[in-house]
Parts: sequence; C-alpha cells; structure tokens
Amino acid sequence: MDVTIKQPVAAQPSIQEHGETVALALRNLSVFFGDNHALKNVSLDITAKAVTAIIGPSGCGKSTLLRALNRMHELNPGARVEGEIRLFGDDIYSRAVEPVIVRRRVGMVFQKSNPFPTMSIAENVTVGLRLNGIGGRKMLAERTEQSLRMAALWDEVKDRLHAPAVSLSGGQQQRLCIARALAVQPEVLLMDEPASALDPLATSKIEDLILELKKDYTIVIVTHNMQQAARMSDFTAFLYLGELIEFDTTANIFASPSKKQTEDYVTGRFG
Amino acid sequence: MEHHFDTELDVLKQKLLLMASHAETAVNRAVEALVTRNRDLAVQVKDEDAVLDRFEIEVDDMAIHLLSKAPLASDLRLVTVAMKISQNLERVGDEATKIAKRARDLSKEPPLKLNLELPKMAALALGMLKAALDTFVNHDSVAARALIPRDKEVDALNKKINAELILHMMENSDSVPRCLNLIIASRSLERIADHAKNVAEEVVYLYEAHDIRHAGVKGQGTPAPGV
Repeated sequence: MDVTIKQPVAAQPSIQEHGETVALALRNLSVFFGDNHALKNVSLDITAKAVTAIIGPSGCGKSTLLRALNRMHELNPGARVEGEIRLFGDDIYSRAVEPVIVRRRVGMVFQKSNPFPTMSIAENVTVGLRLNGIGGRKMLAERTEQSLRMAALWDEVKDRLHAPAVSLSGGQQQRLCIARALAVQPEVLLMDEPASALDPLATSKIEDLILELKKDYTIVIVTHNMQQAARMSDFTAFLYLGELIEFDTTANIFASPSKKQTEDYVTGRFG
Repeated sequence: MEHHFDTELDVLKQKLLLMASHAETAVNRAVEALVTRNRDLAVQVKDEDAVLDRFEIEVDDMAIHLLSKAPLASDLRLVTVAMKISQNLERVGDEATKIAKRARDLSKEPPLKLNLELPKMAALALGMLKAALDTFVNHDSVAARALIPRDKEVDALNKKINAELILHMMENSDSVPRCLNLIIASRSLERIADHAKNVAEEVVYLYEAHDIRHAGVKGQGTPAPGV
C-alpha cells in the first residue's frame, strides 16, 4: 500500500466552534482500490468527545472512509491512500508510525459482532492487551471489569466471566466487542453499523452506550439508519459516490440540509 | 415511481388547505355579520366553529401518523409546520366565533353613530390571512416575509379604534355595552392578523429552513437573505 502526502487544505466546512478540540483532521483524503477512486479528496475535522455519523447510500465510501481512519486499508494489498489524517495533531500515516499503534489509539467495532469463539468472555476483553504483551493477572482482571462496565455489560456477565463468549446474545456479543475495543484504551472508537444486526431493544442499549462513551471518547459511526444517526450523533457527514457532499451539525443535516443531494437522500427521494 | 409517503404528505396538505378555506369563510362571514348586523349569519358562524376544531384534530392525527415514519429535512418541516398552521387556523376560527357572538349581540341594539375603521381593519386582517395561506400554497417564502410587517398596520388600527371607543364610552354611558362588544371584535381582528403573521413565519421556516420568529430576541431568528 502506498501513501502520498499532499499539501493540506482547510476542511470544508469548518464547524469547530466554541473551542472544540479536533480529534481527527482529514485533509484531501483519497482511497483507491486498484483503479477505483473510492474516496475522493475528503477534508473534514472530527470533533473530540462527540459522535460523528457518516451516512450515504451503499457504495458511497462510508466504510472506506472509516477504515482509512485506523489504517485498516493496509491489510488490503490493492488499496492506496493519499492525503493526510492527523490524530490529535499526529500524522497517522507517517512512515515513523506503526499501524498497530494507530489501531490501538483508534479502535474499531464491526457490523457483525465477532467475539473469538474459542475464548471466554474475559479472554475476549483482554485479548488485545495480551497480544501487545500488556498484562499481569491483577491488571487484566481490573481492565476486564472496567471495560465491561464501560460497555454496560458487567452486571449481565460478572458471574460467568469464564463462560464462552458465544453463549451471549447478539446484543451482548456486540457490547463485548465494544468492551474489547475499550480495553486497550483507545482515543477514538470507529463503529461500522454496530447495531444493524440487532433488534430494537439491543439497538437501544448500544445507542445508550455510545452516548455514555462519548463523554470520554471520540466516536465515528457509519450507519444506514438515519433515525439512529439523528438520535445519537452531534455531527453528520453525507457521502455520495466517494465525495463528501455535506458536513454539518446533525440538527442541520436532518432538519435543514443545505445541499439538494443531502435533502434528497435523507427524505428518501434519491435517484 | 411515486413514493407512498409523498401521497400521504399530499393528503395532509389538502386537508390543511380545506381547513384554511373554512377558516377564511368563517372570518368573512363573521365580519359580514358584524357590518350588516345579520344575526342569522352570526349564529351560523358560531355553530360551524366545531368544523375547524375537528379539522385541527384530524390534521394532528395525520401529522402524528407521518411523524411515526420519522420524516426528515423538508418533509419533517412540512409535518411540523402543518401542525402549527392548523393550530393557528383553529384559533382564527375561535376569533371568528368571538366576532360572530359580538355581532349577534350588537344586532339586537340600535347601531352606534360612529365612523369606525373596523371594515378597513377587517379587510386588512382578512387580506393577511388569505395572503399567508397563498404563500403556503405557492411555496413563496419571499411573499411570506413581505407579509409580516403588515401586522403592524392592523395593530395600529386596533389601537385607534380602541381609543375612539373608549372616548365614546366616556361621553355616552348608555353605549358602554355596545362599545365593549366592538372593542372585543376589534381585538379579535387584531388576533386574526397575528395568526396570519404566525402562518407566514411558518411558511418561511418551511421553505427556507430559517426560523424568523421572535427576531428581536437575542440569538433568535434569522434575517432575510441579503439583509
């Protein structure tokens, strides 16, 4: 995978006001898969300790954008990233930065819950720490409880921490995956449709959890569910055909978008 | 392919327009009853107020049904604005009923020998109401903005009529009940103009996505483009 750094340009539009901190600054970000220019010159600032939703029709580049934020595309040999992403000022695509460090600072939760099936609940939570050689029984136990509490799962599993993770319900498994992501103490949490496979009750729990987590974490969420984006996010980016069409506060995007394409998409009249 | 949701929004708009025509008719008849001292017409307006009350409930029911489908952007604004416009129209109906009741009572008494500008005020208030509803139908937020300052003319006429009636009451104690009826009718016309202004403000929000209500309140309201 190649990375080309271009001269940064200002994010359009800038909506950082009232002294909010920028967690992720994207400048001229492009992602290619072979000849396919999947994400086109996206520049935007993602506010720290807020939820930013990425919406758009299938194939518009939502997940491509999300995966660029923690260098996931490097796992795909045909992928190429151009532009710049700064995480609290640090260039995450700098040759001096190890991808594994980036992924520790920027965690990811996927659409389908993916606990390790041969591991217990507790082992699933601490697997990231143990793979990084971080440990000590006491410390791992503390981090397990802390992460499960933050993922609002502790009370449901505290008496069966050594049971197989796959014995949990779908919603619990997804919260376990969130606990696993939290265990390595990331600064940013990326979520790729984290509730799309869950029933309304489990979805509600995940949404409540995200709103709790944003007190401490910067969260970027890809969702097809616009009501979910409206309920949870502070900012929303609308992508279409790989381009950032509009980025604004969620209230503006869903009540009074300024671009016709956004209006057509959120009212279901696209195409 | 026509979206089913669009069809439902059209039904909501049609219902609102039908309600608007009833509200206009009620005000027209109430003013006519007042000016022509037509007791029967006044009673008819009073009796038909329940129609507007039912319309308000029906519009709200439809809006709640549409909101449960979680509309967004201009659809969301249309549904919420429809609820607010219907509330204003229902209150217009209440004011028309108040005027009709005063007209009914006044029709039993000999006319006052006063040259009040009530017909002019009624024409202004009615014109505002009709124009506000036209801006909704025609998607014309510019005309809606232009309409809003006309409310001040109606306010000024109301004050003038009040002052004249108070003076007349001081000089003619036997005319107090009739003057009080006319003060209430004048006040109702002024309120009808207020509701027309409210409708115009909602039309601006619907088509421009700018909330211009309470523009004098710090941090509230959005100025007109280019202002």
